[in-house]
Amino acid sequence: MDILRFATAGSVDDGKSTLIGRLLFDTKTVFEDQLDAVERVSRDRGEDYTNLALLTDGLRAEREQGITIDVAYRYFATPKRKFIIADTPGHIQYTRNMVTGASTADLALVLVDARKGLVEQSRRHAFLASLLQVPHLVLCVNKMDLVDYSQETFDAIAHEFTQFAAKLRIPDLTIIPVSALKGDNVVSRSDNMPWYDGSSLLHHLENVHVASDRNLVDVRFPVQYVIRPMSDDWHDYRGYAGQVAGGVLKKGDEVLVLPSGFTSRIASVETADGEVDEAYPPMSVTVRLEDEIDISRGDMICRPHNQPTPTQDVDAMICWMDESAQLQTGRKYVIKHTTRTARCIVKDLQYRLDINSLHRDEEAGTLALNEIGRVRLRSTVPLMADAYSRNRTTGGFILIDEATNRTVGAGMIADSGR
Amino acid sequence: MTDTPNYQLSQLRVLEAESIHIMREVVAEFERPVLLFSGGKDSIVMLRIAQKAFHPARIPFAVMHVDTGHNFEEVLAFRDKRAKELGVQLIVASVQEAIDNGSVSEPPDGTRNRIQTPVLLDAIDKHRFNAIFGGARRDEDKARAKERIFSYRDEFGQWDPKNQRPELWNLYNGRVHVGDSMRVFPLSNWTELDIWQYISEEGIEIPSIYYAHDRETFVRDNMVYAVHDVCRPKAGEEVSVRRVRYRTVGDASLTAAVESDADTVEKVIEEVSTTRITERGATRGDDKFSEASMEDRKREGYF
Repeated sequence: MDILRFATAGSVDDGKSTLIGRLLFDTKTVFEDQLDAVERVSRDRGEDYTNLALLTDGLRAEREQGITIDVAYRYFATPKRKFIIADTPGHIQYTRNMVTGASTADLALVLVDARKGLVEQSRRHAFLASLLQVPHLVLCVNKMDLVDYSQETFDAIAHEFTQFAAKLRIPDLTIIPVSALKGDNVVSRSDNMPWYDGSSLLHHLENVHVASDRNLVDVRFPVQYVIRPMSDDWHDYRGYAGQVAGGVLKKGDEVLVLPSGFTSRIASVETADGEVDEAYPPMSVTVRLEDEIDISRGDMICRPHNQPTPTQDVDAMICWMDESAQLQTGRKYVIKHTTRTARCIVKDLQYRLDINSLHRDEEAGTLALNEIGRVRLRSTVPLMADAYSRNRTTGGFILIDEATNRTVGAGMIADSGR
Repeated sequence: MTDTPNYQLSQLRVLEAESIHIMREVVAEFERPVLLFSGGKDSIVMLRIAQKAFHPARIPFAVMHVDTGHNFEEVLAFRDKRAKELGVQLIVASVQEAIDNGSVSEPPDGTRNRIQTPVLLDAIDKHRFNAIFGGARRDEDKARAKERIFSYRDEFGQWDPKNQRPELWNLYNGRVHVGDSMRVFPLSNWTELDIWQYISEEGIEIPSIYYAHDRETFVRDNMVYAVHDVCRPKAGEEVSVRRVRYRTVGDASLTAAVESDADTVEKVIEEVSTTRITERGATRGDDKFSEASMEDRKREGYF
């Protein structure tokens, strides 16, 4: 059995909580005591029906205000697959939350209300999914029951969305007409829409092929921790521990260590359960080399003829995440990229992107909360940078404010020459 | 079928790899980490993962238990045995001692869940721990579903759900000021069923009370409690021997058992995969006080 991680997005009242409630409900993931609690609270609050949103809104303030404040993670399983949902609120602070949820997602699920069609937020969500390079996108056209299950309505929305998506990098797009409230096409195919010949949402989630989304070509092994047991049994042991970020590592492979440039061969790839023949993403392993070289946390093991570019100058798209301070050119931040932490300075804000119109404002001097822009950074030490489009792990980084220690920005390294 | 089509890992190995990564990040970035170890199934799994993360070196941090003085004897015996086997230092922060020396007072209802928090915070201060691993999972409670893997706590140990650091990719921001700390939850993405499947796959030993056994019990608020020094039947509560097991182990005055014949790990997995009641709903009296009791306790510094 494997895992599919997906992020949900949608604007207010388009039925996202109901859809998630329906998925959890129909896969028997909602437990009796949770349901009892939700029914009791709904009744105490004088609501006419059991409010399924209460299943997902867990914080006191969320229940009081009837809104979702922050990303929540939920889990369900079918006999075919396990699922991790990053449930991101459509309400406030949407960009930051969706970027957070989408950063680890294999698939993004965007909801629209069939009566309203595409709204600004639908385009924004699709854009964010493409910026974060989520490999699969599903557009759920919800509330089909309220438009008499009309094929014309669905087709018009599907056509408009496909046109818009063509301008973005969305490798795999699926559009499904659903009614989350009535359960049409959520878990099983609906008799109300005989004109639709695709899969139900759950069937799609169970079968979408994600194994090939990882980069198994470019070997990338960021050294996380050096294991040197101070014990008699393992006197000379020196192992480089980390999680494989790309490619396949094998015993005997010739490797190159950045930034030093030393080369050696892999003596063994080990786990606590013994040696393994091969290591690939996302395995956490320990690599031993044939030669004694000085390697420490933050270094990167790769192949001699396939290296990331060690560079102190990085061009990247930044999503700003902090409400109390804005990104400013000339300011210094801490940058965490793979296992390497350094300081950096914002040399230049090349443009701020209007994520509704995709217009580039080249006059902008700052990025505020939820704003996205392209920057040039200079770091104190070289970063082993890959384009985010090639590897989400070695192409992504965070910025931290040195004074407050807050995570203030999410960065995606741009393709070189673009 | 071949063994590794498309270099695919099973879901348990994906979760394990993520948890190992998290533990290594903490040890690489924090000077004084500690792992909370109660002898319960989640913390036992955490210790196994810690073993794997640093193999063949020993686990590079101590383990700590906040002992309410109301624990099940089998679990305490197991706790001591496992710590010894692994050669890790076991620190016990005792709630009873804190009551005896007057730093906390026993609540009138005799339950000690809430007064664990100040004892935990004192122990963190005393040992200057700045990263504390906890075995909490997001599937346990709706407040936990909102929590980060690296959960920042201020100098009072408080959690502020409205002011959490965004967490992207596998990049964790471990920077804290002196006095602040980080609670770290390597098992965040695991479910109860994952834990049991892992225990089975790895052949991990766990305390006997997780498996069906006969015990003197009584029923209170529709839950089955074992007769214990700190949990006595009131007038009208009838004692009888039942075949039970525990889904969670905590304070004996609050933790209920479930009636069960599952006396092997396979039978437990079967039971957990078909149950219609959550782990905490079935067994924890403390979570029923209010709709947001977990959130409220976490805000005060609870795990």
